[in-house]
Amino acid sequence: MTDLAISVRGLTKVFNGRRVVDDFDMDVPKGAIYGFLGPNGSGKTTTIRMMCGLLTPEAGSGQCLGFDIRTQSQRIKENVGYMTQRFSLYEDLTIRENLDFIARMYRLPDRPARVAAALADLGLADRAGQLAGTLSGGWKQRLALAACMIHAPRLLLLDEPTAGVDPKARRDFWDEIRRLSAAGVTVLVSTHYMDEAVQCDFIAYIAYGRKLIAGPATEIPDMIGLVTWRVEGPDIAALEAELRQRPEVEQVARFGAVLHVSGTDAEALDRVAGEFAARGSHSWQRQKGGLEEAFIYLMASATDNFAGVAS
Amino acid sequence: MSFSFGRLQAVLIKEFVQMRRDRVTFAMMIAIPIMQLFLFGFAINSDPKHLPTLVEMADTGPVTRAVLMGMQTSDYFDFRGIVTSRADGDLALRDGSASFVVVIPPGFERDTLRGLSPEILLSADASDPSVTGGAAAALGGIVERAMQDTLTGPLAATARPPPPFSVTMHRQFNPEQRTATNIVPGLLGVILSMTMVMITAVAIVRESEKGTMETLIATPVRPLEVMLGKITPYILVGYVQTGVFLLAARLVFDVPFLGDPLAFFAGFNLYIIVNLALGFLISTVARSQMQAMQLSFFTILPSVLLSGFMFPFAGMPGWAQVLGAAIPATHFLRVTRKVMLKGAGLSEIAPDMLALGAIMLVIVAIALRRYRQTLD
Repeated sequence: MTDLAISVRGLTKVFNGRRVVDDFDMDVPKGAIYGFLGPNGSGKTTTIRMMCGLLTPEAGSGQCLGFDIRTQSQRIKENVGYMTQRFSLYEDLTIRENLDFIARMYRLPDRPARVAAALADLGLADRAGQLAGTLSGGWKQRLALAACMIHAPRLLLLDEPTAGVDPKARRDFWDEIRRLSAAGVTVLVSTHYMDEAVQCDFIAYIAYGRKLIAGPATEIPDMIGLVTWRVEGPDIAALEAELRQRPEVEQVARFGAVLHVSGTDAEALDRVAGEFAARGSHSWQRQKGGLEEAFIYLMASATDNFAGVAS
Repeated sequence: MSFSFGRLQAVLIKEFVQMRRDRVTFAMMIAIPIMQLFLFGFAINSDPKHLPTLVEMADTGPVTRAVLMGMQTSDYFDFRGIVTSRADGDLALRDGSASFVVVIPPGFERDTLRGLSPEILLSADASDPSVTGGAAAALGGIVERAMQDTLTGPLAATARPPPPFSVTMHRQFNPEQRTATNIVPGLLGVILSMTMVMITAVAIVRESEKGTMETLIATPVRPLEVMLGKITPYILVGYVQTGVFLLAARLVFDVPFLGDPLAFFAGFNLYIIVNLALGFLISTVARSQMQAMQLSFFTILPSVLLSGFMFPFAGMPGWAQVLGAAIPATHFLRVTRKVMLKGAGLSEIAPDMLALGAIMLVIVAIALRRYRQTLD
């Protein structure tokens, strides 16, 4: 057995003549939290569905937990927890009924105990009789996570799990994800949020159905090769506007009262920095490029994919 | 890998819970069919009587009076008055205040006695043939009997001599020609079809519309388990509907049940399954509950019009009969009529059962092909 939970090569999916996912490779090490990033419509959901056997790829092959994604989707389903983007449990069933139903789908031998444990973990034991449709967004998401964890899968596929959830619930959610990961569960999570991406061990960025970059989170900034200067000083807005005029400056990101000025051509950017620093009005400091700048850079270069293919 | 009764049971339980929570739909499944049965069972009459009739009398006499009296007592004609001219009669027919105008020609009595065979004109509003058909057909016999009763003694010779032979019609299975006897067994087929197809289609489409189908598909559940689990609760609803129906047919509409209950049971089970499968098939095509509803409605009209429920099957052209034979209601209608009215048993309904079975196999095959395990 390999130490990869997911390994796919050349995955391609075509909807109505449009290549939604194009020649996609991915390796997800066991036990990792793997972040799957990309703009709307870039093919994240389609890729996840192909990897767990819900969609048949037009081309490509691979394994998920050692099972062939083309021929053994039934085995994959038994061992994977898949949380859909939108809440897709039964709103007209109670919390307990939903969990019980899902547990029955996996034919769990100790079903009542598992459901009770899941309810206790959720902290919903006293509200088990409440209809799922009456829960708030954050609770729905926690219930959905509990439902897809009820059969103790070795791999979790989370499709934008925190969309539309308040910051506190998001933080709690990620604590839970890290706890699961520490317990040996592999997690593949797609997200829009940078602050979530930085919590991942590995990251893949996809746009227009193509993988732009993939690797350990710590290496992503180096792979993009972004040089960043940190600028601090008075009247930062005027400086920002001025910097944006310079072709050498590819990106200006503002973090509170601080500007992060980045570019891929280190020499050109250093010249600009020297020029501005000579004015003496602001403090210029070269620093190692972080993940944040890297993502802003990636997202800027690949905007909303639906807009891009509207014609 | 294999079929799991545990999962089937889970889907079943879920369906029952959802059905119980959705009270409006549940009430509709039971209350609306009963309302329809009572409404249509009492309202529809294919042999209308007491039709408004006017008389234009250019002659009065015992023979004329006998003819008119005979018409009145036949119950088909309800004399509303006398018109004095052809134009008045036509006007009454046109504005709908009369369905018939009887014209007794001048010199009717005299010509009758002379044996000249004068003609009585019956002007009928035939814009709806089913209104006037029965009455017009009955008229010949009425007039003849009136003549025979009036022209007695020496005048008997002027009445028409008896024909060399007579035809006697033996109205089997529904001797009184009651419409309810005809229509109530047919209504069962139409109403079952309507509720079964629509409810199944909507219940399944709801899963994809609400996104829960995504959850289902991501679990190891098999298509057959979902299909059976979703359909079985509605089979029970069909049982309840049929039970209520048979009870009402017997107690309220006085429709006989002469045949083998086992044959009926077999027939209606198969029919329910065919309809549920059809609903399932519709659910694989429709993208929303609204579409499922509309598609289901499209199956209802052929079930009413081409199945032989409203209009005689034998009267349709060949191609229409082929179409009609593909409609489940056609065969179920035959089963109910055969079993309830004609006292048939299993052997007599075998051809209809085979046809229903064939339709079911085709529908299930297409539905299972279309219900995909994957989302593409």
